[in-house]
Amino acid sequence: MYDFARGPLVWIALAVFILGSIYRLVSMYFLARKDKVVIPYMNLKYGARSIMHWVVPFAAKNMRMRPFFTVLSFLFHICLIMTPIVALGHVMLWDESWGISWWSPPEQITNIMTIIVVVTGLFFILRRLADPTVRYVSSIKEYLLLILVLAPFVTALMAYYQVFDYNVMIIIHMWTGALWLMAIPFTWLSHMLFFPLTRAYMGSEFGFVRHSRDW
Amino acid sequence: MDNRPEKDVIDVGLDETIKKLTPERIERVVRHVFDRENAARLKAFTETCVHCGLCAEACHTYNSRDNDPWFAPVSKVKNTIWELLRRKGRVDAEFIRRMARIAFTECNVCRRCSMYCPFGIDIAYLMMTARRICSLLGVVPQYLQDTTNSHATTLNQMWVAQDEWIDTLQWQEEEASAEIKGARIPLEKEGAEVMYSVIAPEPKILAQLLGNMAMIMRVAGIDWTMPATDGWDNSNMAMYSGDFEVMGRVERLHWETAARLKVKKVVMGECGHAFRGAVYDGPRWLGWKYPPITMVHAIEFYYDLLSSGRIRIREKFKEHVTLQDPCNTVRGRGLGGKLRYVVDAMCENFTDVTPRLEHNYCCMAGGGTINCGPPWKRSRMLSNRVKAEQLQATGADIVITPCHNCHSGIEDIIGFYKLGMHVKFLSEIMVEVMEVPEELKASQG
Repeated sequence: MYDFARGPLVWIALAVFILGSIYRLVSMYFLARKDKVVIPYMNLKYGARSIMHWVVPFAAKNMRMRPFFTVLSFLFHICLIMTPIVALGHVMLWDESWGISWWSPPEQITNIMTIIVVVTGLFFILRRLADPTVRYVSSIKEYLLLILVLAPFVTALMAYYQVFDYNVMIIIHMWTGALWLMAIPFTWLSHMLFFPLTRAYMGSEFGFVRHSRDW
Repeated sequence: MDNRPEKDVIDVGLDETIKKLTPERIERVVRHVFDRENAARLKAFTETCVHCGLCAEACHTYNSRDNDPWFAPVSKVKNTIWELLRRKGRVDAEFIRRMARIAFTECNVCRRCSMYCPFGIDIAYLMMTARRICSLLGVVPQYLQDTTNSHATTLNQMWVAQDEWIDTLQWQEEEASAEIKGARIPLEKEGAEVMYSVIAPEPKILAQLLGNMAMIMRVAGIDWTMPATDGWDNSNMAMYSGDFEVMGRVERLHWETAARLKVKKVVMGECGHAFRGAVYDGPRWLGWKYPPITMVHAIEFYYDLLSSGRIRIREKFKEHVTLQDPCNTVRGRGLGGKLRYVVDAMCENFTDVTPRLEHNYCCMAGGGTINCGPPWKRSRMLSNRVKAEQLQATGADIVITPCHNCHSGIEDIIGFYKLGMHVKFLSEIMVEVMEVPEELKASQG
């Protein structure tokens, strides 16, 4: 189990993630050409301007109206992406497999980052259950995806702090991490890929075509 | 599941037409619209949405209905497009009726929600797609469909016949020249600088606005003309009913008329959706990237007149005013700043609204909703309590509405919520406060 997870599964997960993402982006490009009114009006400056206003905390009005949610969302996303990249355990595995390595912060820090992901992720699940409107548009898929996203982080903590059996935890960690990567191109986790495109499109339509603002 | 009072509104455009639907026809039309008329935007917007609900508080209907989940923009998409995608178009007639009600009467396609969605998803586009499906199935609120039928038959929104059009212009020309010497409405003047176009309700029920224009143009010394033929109407309810073919015909004739008269630019009256149809939706359906001749909205035109000094103010308007930011001119053209310049120039007692500019609330009349007629008026009123609260908070007596739909919609809201205010167009104030040179004043006889 461990050998498969440590070996072929990594290849499979990366392949599905990378090739799947490329496939989604390329096919979306062809669909955009078919849509005819998308590409002619795309504008680099105004698209970038819109993206900037939505990746800088509090730059958009809705972010200022919901400061608590904004802080949580930014913390969640930043730690979600950074932790797997800089966690010492991962960096060591990359070094073992391919001889490449990069900087890793002290493990206390990545532990805190992991805890942040889990806590803010739990908040998202609770919000989805508690807010009537969000609940109204949520189905089992939303909850399962959130659990899938959190599972590698929860099991990482459990493995690190040696809760239950380390070997079992580490295998579940690897499997859920792989599943998470593979789910990105094919579920709404793909907002990672498409958000810059839809945002740039809206920024172009509002800013370049209509001379107005969309934030 | 859905026990809101709107479920029981009687509208023959929906109730009778759904009886002619068959599951096969519904499926065929849905698949046609999804596969042939939509592509990247439909896919990207529905698959990137993470169902976060941040769009909910953007919507005036959601806020006015005490946060009823049904009215959130994402919920509107859930109850229409998501379901159609999930079931691949295999839905029944009742579903189509509900979809028509949501898309035509509960959403103004004002795009405020796109400014609150972190991904900039164009929910209005998805609602327009739902309307397109309904239109192709013939399921459209009766009053709105009648308007589209008028567009198809007379190329204007209100069944105005050509002789009525010319008669009305000549009547208003007389009225205007009784006040201002030489105020004319030049018809069919080839090579004029400006073609002025209006929406059909103006000659039909608001003819004095045409007389206003004749006076303003005379004082400002603008070389202008209006067409005597069809193609004078820049409004386009077919755009909102989902009949894009008729929309295209109307816009093409409008632009061909301007080209026939060899004008340098088209100035249009105070309407919002007309700008949207003439400059964006119409040209794109016709395969043009931009319209062939520049179109200037009234707000920008008045800004030019005032900032250049072609129109001077004799004495500022004294009553306490506030204003409406029409979605299609502010979110749709960025004219919020120029609008405030014009209002400030003409009025001495102006209180702005909050939220304002691109974040202002829709009037709940545009987007074709008020054109759905009396059956849906109560629903519209209940869906915009926040607008009433917003206007009341300014303490003003007059709301300046540089858009016909906003004008009517806010008039309705003022009446329904008993705000005791009045609505005015910019031109109505301008003719009152503009300085008329002595030599132009008509002798009082």
